[in-house]
Formats: sequence, structure tokens, C-alpha cells
Amino acid sequence: MTNSDYKIIVGLEIHVQMATRTKMFCGCELVFAAEPNSRVCPVCLGLPGALPVMNRQAVEFAILTATALNCKVAEFTKWDRKSYYYPDLPKNYQISQYDLPIGSNGYIEIPVGDGVTKKIRICRVHLEEDAGKNIHTAGSFSQVDLNRAGTPLLEIVTEPDINSAEEVRLLAMELQRIVRFLGVSEADMQKGHMRFEPNVNLHIKKDGSKHETPIAEIKNLNSFKALEKSVGFEVRSQLDNFIERGEVMQSGNKKTFGWDDVKEVTVLQRGKEEAHDYRYFPDPDLVPVVVDEKWLGEIKGGLCELPLKMQGRFVSQYGLSDYDASVLTTDRATSEYFDSAVKAGGDAKRVCNLITQTGLKTANEKGCGVAQLGIEPKRLAELAKMTDASQISATAAVTIFVKMMESKEQPGEIAEKLNLLQKSDAGELEKIVDEVITANPQAVEDAKSGDKKSKKAHGFLMGQIMQKTKGTANPQVVAKILGTKLKA
Amino acid sequence: MGQKKIDIKQVRQVAKLSRLDLSEAEISQFTGQLGAILEYVEKLNQLDTSKVEPLAHCLPINNCLRKDEVKQSLGTEKTLANAPDKDEQFFIVPKILEEPGGF
Repeated sequence: MTNSDYKIIVGLEIHVQMATRTKMFCGCELVFAAEPNSRVCPVCLGLPGALPVMNRQAVEFAILTATALNCKVAEFTKWDRKSYYYPDLPKNYQISQYDLPIGSNGYIEIPVGDGVTKKIRICRVHLEEDAGKNIHTAGSFSQVDLNRAGTPLLEIVTEPDINSAEEVRLLAMELQRIVRFLGVSEADMQKGHMRFEPNVNLHIKKDGSKHETPIAEIKNLNSFKALEKSVGFEVRSQLDNFIERGEVMQSGNKKTFGWDDVKEVTVLQRGKEEAHDYRYFPDPDLVPVVVDEKWLGEIKGGLCELPLKMQGRFVSQYGLSDYDASVLTTDRATSEYFDSAVKAGGDAKRVCNLITQTGLKTANEKGCGVAQLGIEPKRLAELAKMTDASQISATAAVTIFVKMMESKEQPGEIAEKLNLLQKSDAGELEKIVDEVITANPQAVEDAKSGDKKSKKAHGFLMGQIMQKTKGTANPQVVAKILGTKLKA
Repeated sequence: MGQKKIDIKQVRQVAKLSRLDLSEAEISQFTGQLGAILEYVEKLNQLDTSKVEPLAHCLPINNCLRKDEVKQSLGTEKTLANAPDKDEQFFIVPKILEEPGGF
């Protein structure tokens, strides 16, 4: 069966952990890898009489994200109980939003290569609380840690507009960039800040009729790699099942799978045939949230230029390649740092190279961002200008970059101190060229001869001159002077 | 008496969802009791609510929000104090065979 005979249909559900200091409905601190059950209070435990109170920051983060995802923000929203019995959920219900989500009917634009973007519709965006963590030990029991219980999660649900495993990954990565730009989530995959659940099936054309394969939901994926691979696996598996057994969608044959990261296969989760009955109803413990114009306006003040738009601007306004622009817009601090340095007069391509080649490497070694290296955008721009004006070599620029991290000095001062200024002064250089010519008559003769020895002799003379200037001469200027002298 | 409000099958289903292990005698007893409760509540349907706005909450207030400020948690020892079963740091529950995979 050729590719054109079927279409991949994927909808994605994403849970993003909000970067609040405390939990959604109580003041317990959110600390990664804290002592188990140390950040727990009567609200987390669901003790009788304990009352949840909404975290304003979490609500505002949710509204800000919904706005950035082009959603309609609900003027009136409320909280519902989703009944669910599990040891990691002491109340026996999760506080979530059922029929009135904070945001709805939005879209996200994702880069699909070469500056081309694709719009994926967002069905809904709502806030809810996370459950605790179950640890399955080797013995005949399980351990429960409730530190995570009550962590604010933003659930984002897309329409089934995604048409390849790669697009699923690109969407996830774009969303990560957006929430980081907005500062609403650290979106650290290693800490489980983003979890994915794709719904996958195929629309197949065969013998003039259309067929749909059963929808597979893959639960709890926490890396971009697992996300892309699991969708790819499901696509192949569903295609095989259709070809071999004619398996198509029927009411009730939606299946739930887990992902085996080692074997790289999806694993059917048993006992899921029965549809869940969550018995949603409004939570009487929490009053509704009304978002008026004024509050919405204040929250929208936290919006910034979004990464994809910025990436496009770096290409159109600064003439960078789409690749360079995407590297610079991985996080907000780096992109704004670059932008400021260019606005301070640095050539875009030169500043980009300084950041992506020297800056990112150094920052990685230090475990911080480029913008935190201690070089203000103005000084970076100055360094770029000096390089472009051939006052320093590209190699010297790297040395000065490293020095600038430790001092507040201007690149010019550092270059002077370290004797890195390239001599472009023709008069001064001419004197040195003359000295070298006088001291090496044989080489001059060879160079002038024009035969095969000429190139080698020319190189030798250049080397002598550079040595005399301790490498500070501008090679282009030297070559020009030497060329003129030898022709004379 | 009109139609029964709840039958034995539904009671079994509710018991299952609530993780309750009921005997046959209890199921029969609760079917009768729950039916009577539902019948009583059904009286509300006699009211004409066609002109009443749906209500999300019985209190006429909204936006009860708190600042994102850390408050003292109980700490591990107190958190586990009332647990039916525990070890040094965790609640202990019967072995969970299958992970439904969060939300």
C-alpha cells in the first residue's frame, strides 16, 4: 500500500505543569525530589473539613497560555469533581474543569520546516490538579507519595489535525517553547513537567471506499522521542492490522496503550474496555471564577512576542537562516539577548555566530543561559563590530568573549591589553613587510619567479610577517601590501 | 408506585465504581433504600424551573483566590500519622497491578 492510500490522524492531549511556587488549592510548596510526603497538608490528604482555595497565579498562568494559544477565554468558569478511585488520589476525585474550560477554540502554529508553518486547532485548555505518585516496589505492596498531589496542571487538547509522527513531536516542542517564553512552565521533560497522550488512527482508501482504523490512545508519554516513536509504531501496527485482519473502527473498540521505552512498542492496557464513569459534578467547595475585561487585560500584559513569530522576524528582518533563527529562539532570554545585541548595532549574522558558536558552548559548560554569562548585549554588539571591522580576528573574538565574562571591560580594552588588536594600519605594516623582504632575498626571488616554488615562498614571507607582528596583523591587509611589493 | 428509580444492576455498577464489596442481601437492601431516596428527591422535578438560570454554586460569590505563597506543610511524620499502613516515608497500599497512567 502506498503512502497516498492512507492518512494519519492524530489528536494530542498535553499536560503541562505550571511554574507556581505552591500547589493548585493549598500552600504546600512544589519541590522536585523532596522527601516523600513532606509537602502534604489536610487539603492534599482530603481530610474532612479541609477546604481548597485557588492559587491566583495558576489561574493567571492558565489564562495567559490560553490567550497565547489563540483561545477564547471563558468569562465564567467553574470547578468540577472527576470521580476516580485510586490510591494516589486521596479525595477519590480530581478537581478539574468539565463543561466550562478556561480556554476553548484556539490554535497553535507549528514550524514544519523551511519557514513553513501549519495551524493545529486547540479544542480546549483547562486547569486541574495532579495526582500523587505510586511506586511499585518488588514486594506485595505499593508505596504512595503525595508530594505531587495537587500540583497545578494545564491540560491542552488539540483537534485531530496532526498528520504525522513528526508533526506530533514538532507540536510538542513548539508548545514547550511557548510555555517557556511565557514563563508559565519550566517545561522540563526530565522532571515530568510535560506529559503527552496522543490519539491515533488512520483513514484508509481501499477499492474506492473509505475505512477508519480503531483509535488508539497512548498514555503517559514524557519525552519527545517516545511521543514520535510511539505514534510511528501505532501507525505501522494499525496499517498491518487493517491489511491482515481488516480491523476497522467499531463502537467501543477504542484501545488504550502504554509505551515500552526499551522494546519501543505500544503495550495494550487491559481492563480498559469498560468506559469510565467519572460522574462529573460541580465542586461545592470551590466558587466559580469570573474573568472580567480588566483582569483579562492585566493578564494579557504578560504576553510577549511568541517564539515562532520571533523566529520568522529574525529571518525576514535580519536575514538569518531559518535554522539559526530557530536555535536562537529556543528560549526567551537567548532570543531577547540576541535581539538586543543586534539593536545595539551588532551585525545579525556576526552576533548570531558569537552566540551559537562560542556562547552556547560556554553556557552549556557553565550550566546557564547565554544571557546569564555576564556579557551585556551592548558589549557583545561592540565585539561583533570590531570583528566586522577587522580590528580583531575571529579567533581573537573568541578569546575576548571569554575574557568579557569575567570583567566589565569593553572588548577594545581587552583586545589592547592582550595585544589582540589587528594591525591594519598600512603605514606601520608596510615597514614590517619591507624589513622581511630585505632579510629574505632568496624567498623574494622565488616568490617573484612565478614557478612552483613561488607559492611556497609567498607563504613563507607571510608567515615571517605574521610572526614579527605576533599574529596581530590583519592578514588581508598584509597580503595586499606584500602582493604590491612583490610585483614592483 | 411508578417505575423503579434504580435497579439491582445499577447498584452493582455504583458499588463497583465505589470499590465496595457488597453481599447479595446488601445489594437488595440498598436498591430499595436508594430507590426511596431518589424518589424523594424526584419531588424537586415538580417545580417549574424553566425560567431559572442554572447555578454553578449556591453562594453568590466568586473568585476566592489566594496568593502563591508557601505555607507550612505537615511534614512526612504527621502526614503519615493516620495511615492504616506505612513505612518510613510512604503510605503503603495493596499492590497496584495495573497503572492506568495518570490523567
